[in-house]
Amino acid sequence: MSQSEQAAKANWTLLFLCWLLASVSTTISVFFSSVLDYTPCVLCWYQRICLFPLVLILAVGLFPFDKSVVKYAFPLAIAGGLTALYHTLLYGGVIPANLQPCSQGVSCTEKYIELFGFVSIPMLSFFAFSTIIALLIILKRRTS
Amino acid sequence: MKYVLFGVACVVLVLAFVFGSSYYKGQQAEKYGFLAQENAELFVRDHSQTLGSDDAKVYLVEFMDPACETCAAFAPFIKKIMADNPGKIKLVLRYAPFHDGAEYFVKILEASRKQGKYWETLDIMFKSQPYWASHSNPQPQRIWEFLPRVGLDIEQLKKDMNDPAIIKIIEQDLADAKTLNVQKTPGYFANGKPLQNFGYKQLHQLIQSELNANYPN
Repeated sequence: MSQSEQAAKANWTLLFLCWLLASVSTTISVFFSSVLDYTPCVLCWYQRICLFPLVLILAVGLFPFDKSVVKYAFPLAIAGGLTALYHTLLYGGVIPANLQPCSQGVSCTEKYIELFGFVSIPMLSFFAFSTIIALLIILKRRTS
Repeated sequence: MKYVLFGVACVVLVLAFVFGSSYYKGQQAEKYGFLAQENAELFVRDHSQTLGSDDAKVYLVEFMDPACETCAAFAPFIKKIMADNPGKIKLVLRYAPFHDGAEYFVKILEASRKQGKYWETLDIMFKSQPYWASHSNPQPQRIWEFLPRVGLDIEQLKKDMNDPAIIKIIEQDLADAKTLNVQKTPGYFANGKPLQNFGYKQLHQLIQSELNANYPN
């Protein structure tokens, strides 16, 4: 295998991992809301709006591999990541709760799960978005 | 190869979701079965309004909200199932007034009970619901246009509505709804088994399976 072929394969794998992460996150998110009946709060919805399209956009970029997919996926990942960061801080009490935008429905600081005693849903979301962002940046560097 | 990898990933995710949900639902059914045996009062409190024979072996518990459209839509369906199986089903009504201002209607219902017109009042409430419970423009006062049709003593009803005991009933029912994880109305349990997938057919199947189990002939 030539060097360029190897590089192309690695790039595809990077993008695939990105898609896989978005898909796993989407599956878990839908599982929480429709099976476990956790009602998504307003901030969760903003993150979902950014997350769900990534599954489709990244998949389109895989077949055939299209490096410009980074350009389209990046804004969604950034918007989702920022919302997740804000949500995590709000949830953790770093930002005072009276600044939160949710007054009706589910509170954005409602505790549903705490994996290992500290991993919350907003934190999982932030982890997923920041990993996707990191992978996209690496991909961009490798292809440009 | 790439397509295979992608396809396998998709299938794995879908399977994980499907198995995860069926596992969870199985666990929930077990948990509620246990709750039903150990804590029958979670499902039927002394204050709960019931309909049907005391000898019935199938207890259908419904967590409902007088302002909930789906509860109103299910009412005739439940009536029909009960009529088709006379003496075998006992309906237990619990309150889960999740809509804004729905407690007002629970108060009217409980007050009508003192005049012995509970089911008639519930019936007229459900039938007139579109007039007073519109989501865009709720007009709770319009219920009073319809209540006289039941033959209620309206003055007495307005006095009885303010009984603090009614608030206690609502609080108890909401607490039980929370314990039983009822987050939407109507929430059904047949002999403690929750309705897992919502729908007329599913509810019919749930009731039928309890009927078959308790009335083998």
